[in-house]
Amino acid sequence: MGDWAIRVKDLRKQYPGRDGPVDAVSGIDLEVPFGECFGLLGPNGAGKTTTVEILEGLNQPTSGEVEVLGLRWQDDEAAIRERIGVTLQETRFPEKQTVYEMVRLFRSFYRDGLEPHEVLERVSLEGKANAYVEQLSGGQQQRLAVAVALVGDPVLLFLDEPTTGLDPQSRRQLWDVIRDHRGRGRTTVLTTHYMDEAERLCDRVAIIDRGKIIALGSPADLIARLGGEHIVEFALGGEAPAPVPSSFAGLPTVLAARAEGDGFALTVGEPHRAIPALLDHLDDEGRHLARLTTRQVSLEDVFVSLTGRHLRDNEPEEPARDGSGRKRRRGRRG
Amino acid sequence: MSRSYPLRELYLARIREFYRQPARIFWVYGFPTILAIGLGLAFRSRPPESIQVDLVRNSASDPVEDVLRAYDHLAREESRPGLLLNVAPADEVFHRLRTGKTPLVVDPEISRPLTYHYDPTRPEAVAARGAIDDIIQAAHGRKDPVATQDVKVVEPGSRYIDFLIPGLIGLNTMGGGLWGIGFLLVNFRIAKLLKRFVATPMPRRDFLLALLGARLTFLIPDLAVLLLLGTLVFGMPIRGDLLLVFAIDVVGALAFAGIGLLIASRAQTTETVSGLMNLVMLPMWLLSGVFFSSERFPRAVQPLIQALPLTQVVGGLRRVILEGAGWLDVAPAMAILAAWAVVTFYVALRIFRWS
Repeated sequence: MGDWAIRVKDLRKQYPGRDGPVDAVSGIDLEVPFGECFGLLGPNGAGKTTTVEILEGLNQPTSGEVEVLGLRWQDDEAAIRERIGVTLQETRFPEKQTVYEMVRLFRSFYRDGLEPHEVLERVSLEGKANAYVEQLSGGQQQRLAVAVALVGDPVLLFLDEPTTGLDPQSRRQLWDVIRDHRGRGRTTVLTTHYMDEAERLCDRVAIIDRGKIIALGSPADLIARLGGEHIVEFALGGEAPAPVPSSFAGLPTVLAARAEGDGFALTVGEPHRAIPALLDHLDDEGRHLARLTTRQVSLEDVFVSLTGRHLRDNEPEEPARDGSGRKRRRGRRG
Repeated sequence: MSRSYPLRELYLARIREFYRQPARIFWVYGFPTILAIGLGLAFRSRPPESIQVDLVRNSASDPVEDVLRAYDHLAREESRPGLLLNVAPADEVFHRLRTGKTPLVVDPEISRPLTYHYDPTRPEAVAARGAIDDIIQAAHGRKDPVATQDVKVVEPGSRYIDFLIPGLIGLNTMGGGLWGIGFLLVNFRIAKLLKRFVATPMPRRDFLLALLGARLTFLIPDLAVLLLLGTLVFGMPIRGDLLLVFAIDVVGALAFAGIGLLIASRAQTTETVSGLMNLVMLPMWLLSGVFFSSERFPRAVQPLIQALPLTQVVGGLRRVILEGAGWLDVAPAMAILAAWAVVTFYVALRIFRWS
């Protein structure tokens, strides 16, 4: 086995589209060491799901090299399958099976693995062992999906947007499960478009946009690369025309200025110097503040500074895998 | 935990999924039972009906009415079918004829021959015309030169319900294969369950075998319910080998499972699979002789009808149950069904998509 849980070189995936081929993934290089929790971040349609589905052996790349656990899909599919666990976006399990029965069914597919009860305990579903799938809330169904992914005791766990659409409490419960898996020295690859999730869980993240990795590193690294540690957000009152963002760029310790919603966002090294200067500047101009807040820089700001767009701007959906151009989305029950 | 086998777990999951859904149990067992009882009652063998006839009341009608009344009286005394005679003015009886309320109008005129008005394309009108003419001719002295006698057959096995039960068994087998395999698989695909399964080391062969195994398991109660209904409630005879009845049903179920698999191999939406299922089932509902004999269809389409799997299941079952046919007699039917199974499975497994 190699030193990497995952190794990808120049991965490309092209789908036939109505107006010519669409590049879902256009040249991704990736190395994920064992024991790491690795995040793939990006807006909808960035190519996250296509990338992980290729890593999971559920989709074939157009070109490029993929090694999972030091093995290749075309040579050692069975061996890889025994040692990875997968959750897809929005799998709906049969309604009339109990939680225990589903876990037991998936356990039967693996040569080695965990006891169903042990897995249910890990995802805190032991109290629901005999409940039908249809009786579970959205968060519980998602934890069942993770339980089913863990039952083969995988070395490498893939989670595709595990917390999308969940309430805050359910998200935190899932985060605990993911941290627990990492605590056992296992590798996790997760996709998300929640930047806070990546910051809390991941050792390293790759930010993907339009099929390419545009930034790679630990969340702290990526934030540090912006230079500033803080964001000052403000909006102006009054009828006068809005000033251009660059008119604030010259203020002390301001590293970048951009328009943000109805106001402005400044990336700032030292807020205690920048804010008084900003207030003086506005005073001189005869403008008054409608709102002023400061906060720590987040991965969201990293994404915005790299792409000029927000993560959850409504981007076109990822092309469907069958190339028919249709995408079916079903609401999860509960 | 004891080592459990994917095939067994997958099979048990399918069985559980079925018996935990009361609605499905109704459609598989309740509905055919109600259909059989309903149609069995609607088409049950009734005592022969009286002959219906209308007579125009005019100056010449009295002697004719006397003849018919006398015949009716005698027939009823001998418990033979009598007459249902309606004597009324011309306007009224001809209106009844035009609106189909009576099959035959007898119009006696003094100066002209006795006239029968009827629609020659209606079998009961032709029968009534013949019977009434015989009565009137006999009353005026006609003698039959040849002596004849009637033997009446009302044996179990030749009634409509006996014809219907094997048809319903075939229909259930078709529905089970198409819904139980085709529809189910497409729903699994939509729920991304198929994709989730192939993301594990699950042997794909086991998945399909479990599906088939569950399908064949459900065949036993499917078949038992309708056979018991036929024999216990309606006194349907089973003249052939019960094992052969089961064998035909199994081969038929495999053919329909193959068709279900083929339908499901690419369909991505419930709409697509529903359309495909109707496309496959509707011709067989109409042509395969489930409710009425398919021999009434034109000779040119008979080869097509005979090639349909449902025709062969229903025909084979009827021959074994009602005529006591043996293994060799139904071998051609089983060969056609086996061919359907082999070809559809072969094609479906080649083009099947798991995601």
